Amino acid sequence: MKNLLYAIQQNKRLQAIIVGLYIVVTFFSLYLAQKSVVAFLLLLSSLLLLYFTTFSNRVKWLIGGVVMVVLLPLAASQGEAYQSYMEVATLVGIYIAMALGLNIVVGMAGLLDLGFVAFFALGAYTYGIFATGQANNFMPFGHYPLSGESFWVFIFIGCFVAALFGILLGVPVLRVKGDYLAIVTLGFGEIIRIIFNNLDKPVNITNGAMGLASVQPPRLFGIDFMYPNQFYYIVLVILVTVIFAVRRLEFSKIGRAWKAVRENEIAAQAMGIHLVKTKLMAFAVGASFSGMMGVVFAAKQTFVDPTSFTLLESITILVMVILGGMGSVPGVILGAALVTILNLQVLTELTNWLNQLSLNGVINVPDALSPAKMQRFIFGVILILFALYRPQGLLPAKNPVFDEKDLKDADKLINAGVQKEATQHVHLDS
Amino acid sequence: MSILTVKNLTKQFGGLVANSNIDMEVQKGSITAVIGPNGAGKTTFFNMVTGVYQPTSGEILLNNESIVGLKPHQVTKKGIARTFQNIRLFGAITVLENVMVGMHNHLHGGLFSTILNLPRVRKEEKEARREAYRLLEYVGLESFYNEEASSLPYGAQRKLEIARALATKPKVLLLDEPAAGMNPKETSELTKLIYNMREELDLTIVLIEHDMKLVMEISEHIVVLDHGEKIAEGTPDDIRNNEKVIEAYLGKGAATTAS
Ligand SMILES: Nc1ncnc2c1ncn2[C@@H]1O[C@H](COP(=O)(O)OP(=O)(O)O)[C@@H](O)[C@H]1O
Ligand SMILES: [Mg+2]
Repeated sequence: MKNLLYAIQQNKRLQAIIVGLYIVVTFFSLYLAQKSVVAFLLLLSSLLLLYFTTFSNRVKWLIGGVVMVVLLPLAASQGEAYQSYMEVATLVGIYIAMALGLNIVVGMAGLLDLGFVAFFALGAYTYGIFATGQANNFMPFGHYPLSGESFWVFIFIGCFVAALFGILLGVPVLRVKGDYLAIVTLGFGEIIRIIFNNLDKPVNITNGAMGLASVQPPRLFGIDFMYPNQFYYIVLVILVTVIFAVRRLEFSKIGRAWKAVRENEIAAQAMGIHLVKTKLMAFAVGASFSGMMGVVFAAKQTFVDPTSFTLLESITILVMVILGGMGSVPGVILGAALVTILNLQVLTELTNWLNQLSLNGVINVPDALSPAKMQRFIFGVILILFALYRPQGLLPAKNPVFDEKDLKDADKLINAGVQKEATQHVHLDS
Repeated sequence: MSILTVKNLTKQFGGLVANSNIDMEVQKGSITAVIGPNGAGKTTFFNMVTGVYQPTSGEILLNNESIVGLKPHQVTKKGIARTFQNIRLFGAITVLENVMVGMHNHLHGGLFSTILNLPRVRKEEKEARREAYRLLEYVGLESFYNEEASSLPYGAQRKLEIARALATKPKVLLLDEPAAGMNPKETSELTKLIYNMREELDLTIVLIEHDMKLVMEISEHIVVLDHGEKIAEGTPDDIRNNEKVIEAYLGKGAATTAS
């Protein structure tokens, strides 16, 4: 088995054949067997397979792009389950972006944040309030709802608002460390939710527990975005941007400062790193991803209310990060995908199946034990198992591998080159 | 010329006086040693100079400019770098990146230029990698560059702390027990390294060290602390023969064996 894996690792053509075959087979199984969730998930897993190949990054992105942009929607589009597949894929994308944001805060900068969903809520309400009649209640100018065309601007506004609150939260919160930080952020998350829940008086800003209904759908060139298969593409574009941003930050001056602060605050300071600024940057950048996705979420659901932003959501995102691997971008993507699919597909399918069984009188599962209700229990088990047996997660964070050639003193090389050339000229001349 | 001047420096932790009215002048380009028994207040002294602790009273001047009240990262910007007695590396990242963290203040890539991966950021990063590698070569750790810092042997970790401190481009380098835990061979390499750094990098070095052979070999000036007080200072010869120092720290026989 090990030999086989090794042989495959050495042979790119073999890898290409395997990945190609896998994609073709799963593509057609989904295309033909429309109702098969399994086929859908298998096609999605081709990305994981792709991750383990030794192709260059560019090739990986290219193949992954084809799968996500063309193949997955196309294969799924043949039956009535189309929209539900795209709904799942869209939500997976939203959660991945959020988990990547939290990963910056928890995984890279080492700041445990238990109220992360607050930034998602801020994004959602930012669009929700202005894309419904709600803003008429307190805005002295303008007509609301704003048209769906404003959605595109709101992605940036949501990003900015969340980042701003990330900083505002950070300033008082970063005075405390460790466990206290976790508790304070937890409090912040709850406070934001409760504020949204109660900000219907004296001035009705959020419409309280009733929530905001009929949020304007995004509009582009006269087309309204109403269906999951349309949102899928919006999410895909934002997600790819987020992944690029995270990857670049991770191995930059900023990313190194985050990790330095995580590893040893005192030494980080002694290296000239401004502690507060670095932590605030992590909060702001992490929050901004959630803010953007909050805007998309509000538009997709066409409805925003405080119940979508509970502590359980924050915990869910944290589970994604821990399961996938703290600080590991590929890991967190995998973790977020697994947890979202577990939540949306596996648990609901299991519940349906058990319900069928009890309807047919085969076995009788009490309602309280239905898998959909066991979410917290399952998260708890995952957390405990991973903390005990695999604290680095499914795909542990990897350090960059530097190329020695790239590091050797360039001046010497250039000088040597120049000298060589010079001697050659001498030869030519003589 | 004195580059670092300390006047009447005092630090109290509750009732404990860790540093009491310390006066000191560190000459530019010199190697100065601070010695004394455990708990004498040597590390506390470093911590005050680098802004980790605020002095209870007293002055610290770098080039005649007060640095009291500055945050540690500001002190670093002013040109003072340090290593730690209890090693404080960034354990989970690579050796090369550890050194690159030290260059933090000399790199200019901001949030947006980094996300956009602008050519000047790429160029700067590339140069930083090269420079970091050069520093690793300088301390003799280049073969470890891709390894996780925490996986290094003890002696190498101490050297990495030095490389990382050098990356901040300091004028004054404070070394807190750099030879602790090193074997004799490593210690003699380190002695050479410290000596060379001062010669080649235009540095002023202050070091805390218990290895008297190292101290006597390379320092021009020695300050002795005991119970938070400065009990003596002078050249290695002065110190070796100082009654008070022998009694408090070196012990009888030090004058002859010096180890
Ligand atoms: N943060 C602190 N809080 C309380 N006491 C401290 C603190 N730091 C150092 N001390 C005390 O100050 C004294 C001097 O410590 P230190 O400077 O580490 O000694 P040395 O480095 O010379 O061995 C010791 O008694 C130590 O316990
Ligand atoms: Mg000490």
